[in-house]
Amino acid sequence: MMEALNAGLALLLLALAVWTIVARDAFAAVAGFIAYGLLLTLAWVQLSGVDVALTEAAIGGGLTGALLIGAVGRLRDTEATARVERPKALTRALAALVAGAVTVALALCVLTLPDPAPTLAPDVAANIAATGVGNPITAVLLAFRAMDTLLEAIVLVFALIGVWSLAPDRAWGGRPGVRHVADPNGILAYIARVLPPIGIIVGMYIFWAGADHPGGKFQGATILAAMWLLVMMAGLTDAPPISRAWLRIGLVAGPLVFIAIGLAGAVTAGAFLAYPDGYAKPLIIVIELALMPTLALILALLLVGAPQRTIQR
Amino acid sequence: MSVALNVLTVVAVVAGAFFFLAGTVGLLRFPDTLTRLHALTKADNLGLGLVVLGLLPHVGSVLAGIKLVAIWLLVLLSGAVASQLIARATRQRDPDA
Amino acid sequence: MADFLLAASGFVLLMVAVGLARILRGPGDADRMMAAQLLGTGGIAALLLLGAATGEDAVVDVALTLALLAAFASIAFVKAARTASRDEAATGNEK
Repeated sequence: MMEALNAGLALLLLALAVWTIVARDAFAAVAGFIAYGLLLTLAWVQLSGVDVALTEAAIGGGLTGALLIGAVGRLRDTEATARVERPKALTRALAALVAGAVTVALALCVLTLPDPAPTLAPDVAANIAATGVGNPITAVLLAFRAMDTLLEAIVLVFALIGVWSLAPDRAWGGRPGVRHVADPNGILAYIARVLPPIGIIVGMYIFWAGADHPGGKFQGATILAAMWLLVMMAGLTDAPPISRAWLRIGLVAGPLVFIAIGLAGAVTAGAFLAYPDGYAKPLIIVIELALMPTLALILALLLVGAPQRTIQR
Repeated sequence: MSVALNVLTVVAVVAGAFFFLAGTVGLLRFPDTLTRLHALTKADNLGLGLVVLGLLPHVGSVLAGIKLVAIWLLVLLSGAVASQLIARATRQRDPDA
Repeated sequence: MADFLLAASGFVLLMVAVGLARILRGPGDADRMMAAQLLGTGGIAALLLLGAATGEDAVVDVALTLALLAAFASIAFVKAARTASRDEAATGNEK
């Protein structure tokens, strides 16, 4: 029964992926992509990766879909010309060859993995008591491999700066995106007033549950970012100008706190990002609390885009 | 007692699956956008609602039960809003649809 | 009971797969959005049934997140489609 379900899910995923690539209309392809993200969530649950399923549901289902929709909206005018300029047959054949070769190589790698596959899970299970958290994913992300998480947070800040760098010179420091307008008594404004409080509670809950159950700061931050974006889309609030001090402080506060704790660990426990005995859980909570607003800000601002409006003096 | 609960689960889930079937068939076979929207909301409200009802006896804690009902209410809310918006957008684009 | 819930989950998934045909055919953006919406609700139902069948409690959190983000995504969709049609109407009037 389970095998039949998994086989059906895999086939559906493949079919949807193929269709998303060959779809002619970009809007239709994005709809297919969102559907693909939702199905991939199910696949992750079947693979027992519930944390990954949470992230896929939040990022793949919601944020990436909205991001692509925004991109499709901007590209609508150029779609006709883009369709006309197809690459030559030789280029397409070479691309197909390379793609096929990479697929075959990946398949071989997966199929020739030693059985049982090499894994560090037993080591994690043996040492998790020292970290004070019950969820092994959180333990790996914030205790055993905290360095990677720190670097990822910094990379996200750089990504945002990269998006901002697309702003025209005159708009630098101004508000990103366009001003959304919606009827203040209409239904869009209604849901933008009703849903965010619920979303904030759920986001904080998922963040807090990440200590011992699937969840964590990243999924919580994604939900918070989505709620802020919803309020912006309904025109109830405007995107902040990127020159605002609170925005810039909020963006770097998370990584800075993380680095500060790491340096403190170098002094008190002998290595960068080492936690002194007994302080692991409180320090992890502090790091997560500091990183979550930063992540929410970054994710929301990545979707809003580069500054487009000149700053009003 | 548990036999009665199992029967409730089976009946509710089957009914919910039936409404999903009805919603899907409606989405595919109804002649235009607004009627398809009508079919879609049946799957949202009754399909998911009956499935949640059927799963309530099997939850491990009160919190999980509250979460299940909260999911249904959220889907109801967002489905209602999205339907309104889609219908209005369809009206604007094609006034005699 | 677990087998029954798995079968129900598979059935809902099948319905969702069939509904994807509307994403394929849908003559307009609205139809594609509706198919994506059905997929969201069906996915939530399938997730809940799967979670109950395997006894994994955390799946309910995934369904909760999905409900919120699907609401956000469908609103973003509709807004983008309306802006697009408004732009089309505007350029059509100029011609």
